[in-house]
Amino acid sequence: MASPGTAAAPPAAPPPPEPRPRRPRTALRHDRADRISLALMLGVPALLVLGLVWIPAAVTVVLSFTRWDGIGGLDTIEWVGTQNYVDAATIYPPFEPALRNNLVWLLALFTVPTLLGMFLAVLLDRELRGGRIYQSVFYLPVVLSLALIGFIWQLVYSSDQGLLNAFLALFSNAPAVDWFGDPDINLYAVLVAAGWRHTGYIMLLYLAGLKAVDPSLREAAAIDGAGPVRTFTSVVFPALLPINLVVVVVTVIDGLRAFDIVWIINRGRNGLELISALVTSNVIGEASRVGFGSALAVVMLAISLVFITIYVSTVLRGAQR
Amino acid sequence: MHPRPPAPRGPRRRTLLRGLAGAGTLAALPALAGCSTRDPNTVTLVSNRANDAQRTAVRDSVDLFEAGSDHRVEINTIDATSFQESINNYLQGTPDDVIGWFAGYRTRFFAERGLISDVSAVWEGLEGAFTDQVRDLCTAPDGRQYMVPDSTAPWAVFHRRSLFEENGYEVPATRAEFVELCERMRRDGLEPLASGVREGWPAMGMFDHLNLRINGPEYHLELLDGAHSWDSPEVRSVFGAWAELLPHHQPDPLGRGINEAQTALVRREAGMMLCGMFLTHVFPEGEDLDDLDCFPFPEFDPEIGADAMEAPVDGFMASAAPRNPEGAHALLAHFGTLEAEELYTAVDPQALPARVDADISGLSPLKAKVKDMVDNAGALTQYMDRDSRPDFASIVMIPALQRFLSRPDDIADLTATIQRQKLSIFGQ
Repeated sequence: MASPGTAAAPPAAPPPPEPRPRRPRTALRHDRADRISLALMLGVPALLVLGLVWIPAAVTVVLSFTRWDGIGGLDTIEWVGTQNYVDAATIYPPFEPALRNNLVWLLALFTVPTLLGMFLAVLLDRELRGGRIYQSVFYLPVVLSLALIGFIWQLVYSSDQGLLNAFLALFSNAPAVDWFGDPDINLYAVLVAAGWRHTGYIMLLYLAGLKAVDPSLREAAAIDGAGPVRTFTSVVFPALLPINLVVVVVTVIDGLRAFDIVWIINRGRNGLELISALVTSNVIGEASRVGFGSALAVVMLAISLVFITIYVSTVLRGAQR
Repeated sequence: MHPRPPAPRGPRRRTLLRGLAGAGTLAALPALAGCSTRDPNTVTLVSNRANDAQRTAVRDSVDLFEAGSDHRVEINTIDATSFQESINNYLQGTPDDVIGWFAGYRTRFFAERGLISDVSAVWEGLEGAFTDQVRDLCTAPDGRQYMVPDSTAPWAVFHRRSLFEENGYEVPATRAEFVELCERMRRDGLEPLASGVREGWPAMGMFDHLNLRINGPEYHLELLDGAHSWDSPEVRSVFGAWAELLPHHQPDPLGRGINEAQTALVRREAGMMLCGMFLTHVFPEGEDLDDLDCFPFPEFDPEIGADAMEAPVDGFMASAAPRNPEGAHALLAHFGTLEAEELYTAVDPQALPARVDADISGLSPLKAKVKDMVDNAGALTQYMDRDSRPDFASIVMIPALQRFLSRPDDIADLTATIQRQKLSIFGQ
């Protein structure tokens, strides 16, 4: 699977122009050892990027026009043109909800956990008592293993034995809520779990950024009579621009490759469809619809490309300035 | 891709496949499989029977084999679900010599693709040990056998005997009696039918049984094999009958795992559960397990009867090129022997011996009853995901059945959707 996450890395720089012989300048002449080390330093990363990103991505695109079960030689590949794309758009019911859910996921991650993470970072940056403990507590979900996270939320959301329903039953006699099974609400229930993890991640990024903000900026703002809110919005936040860009990229990547939580809950079905889960269930396992799964992966790649293009052009524009 | 020079393609295709399929799951398997280039007398066995009882049972059976043979067996046990998700790639890598797997479509598929090897030589020593039907389940279209079957874990409607006795419930034989019993249970404050289908595949059981009772086993197998349209009155009548039973199911089945549903039966919150024999793994041994009883899914149409049964058969296959072919065949032959099957099925609570001549006197009353049901069954089927193409069963049917459970009222649109996808997957 061509992972759009890895594809977000900036492309390898083109090899530097060799000094032309027409105007020999001793200062720029490379000797043999220089050339070898240059070739290694550029060649090895270039080969890695080519072999791990570009070739798999190109092969995925090629395979998306075929029907293949992944078994046997290349002669068993059957070309079907754009049939896979047509099928996905017309007769594959999970496709449309998956697109929508990915979008909802992205928007949800951008709003709640990002703001919450920023808020927590600002609080923790004020050197509260026990700040390190809070910091560890909020960051903990990021390092927990997938299996454990699935188990924890199962304990919370299970409709018969779950904590949440037992708690709600104390206050109302309404029937138990089917948090995982009701396709109208399970996405939001899972988004709480995903946001729980994302918040800690964002918090840490902003915390690192806040520590790097020059304290004299704040002092100057304080002398000019700005309150804490004004200081943050007018002085500190603009100084965090590079971190903001990183957070945007991290959130987009997380939103698009969201996979693990829905997979462990119900394999990304029944309201929890995500493109990544559809790709996985089609390509791996006995289903082995390599061609069809590749077509879905290409759709995901296309969506990622939109964001990658925006990111790369922003970075390049920043570099030119 | 085609016009490229063919020479370096082999390994690259494999790299590509691994990359495609996600390195995570796959990285573990070659590591497990690739670690044996020692003793020529070693046979490697990969087992997907990962419950505690099953591990013990496999170990015991292998110990018996080693006691009477020069070969040594190395067992790799892999969780059943992970194994299922990676078997296609696993078989194309460097698989173990002997592989535990499912009979029927699932074995035939690998045989046709040349990923497993012919074991009809082993079957020559097993003449008459299995019914013709079990033999067919292990036979590919080329007429040769590719699996040695050892056990089966049939499906039935399970219940607690004590609960039925306390409330004076009678085992229902027909649809009317079944519905009446469900209504009575509801009045008694029980959930009549435990139901948990969050994993998706458990929903197939109810469809299979209703189709077997309403349209008969022959139609059922042809339907799953792609011979009939899914957008038909027959299929719609199955969903219709299911919709009538839905109010008697535990509510909100889509959010409940099958284990949670089984727990409802253990805790006497639910009266009955349509399930496979693997249900026995959640019943604590002793009093609880002895209290477990079962009956065949009731009759819906007197002309069709109620003697068709789902009895998924498990067994062992040989990899395409075993490193120790002689040892692999010897081990397979051992799994087919009466002693091995009796030993295995005595330890694993879900397993019944696949052989016809197995002695049932030592079996628990529940197992003896199920074995009797299997022996007298008019037809045995394997379960939807073993009787049909895996891509159709998992990619089309699971979401479709889940959709039915959350929106049971638009059956006509549902069957039309299934049929459109079926045409695309079966390629007409």
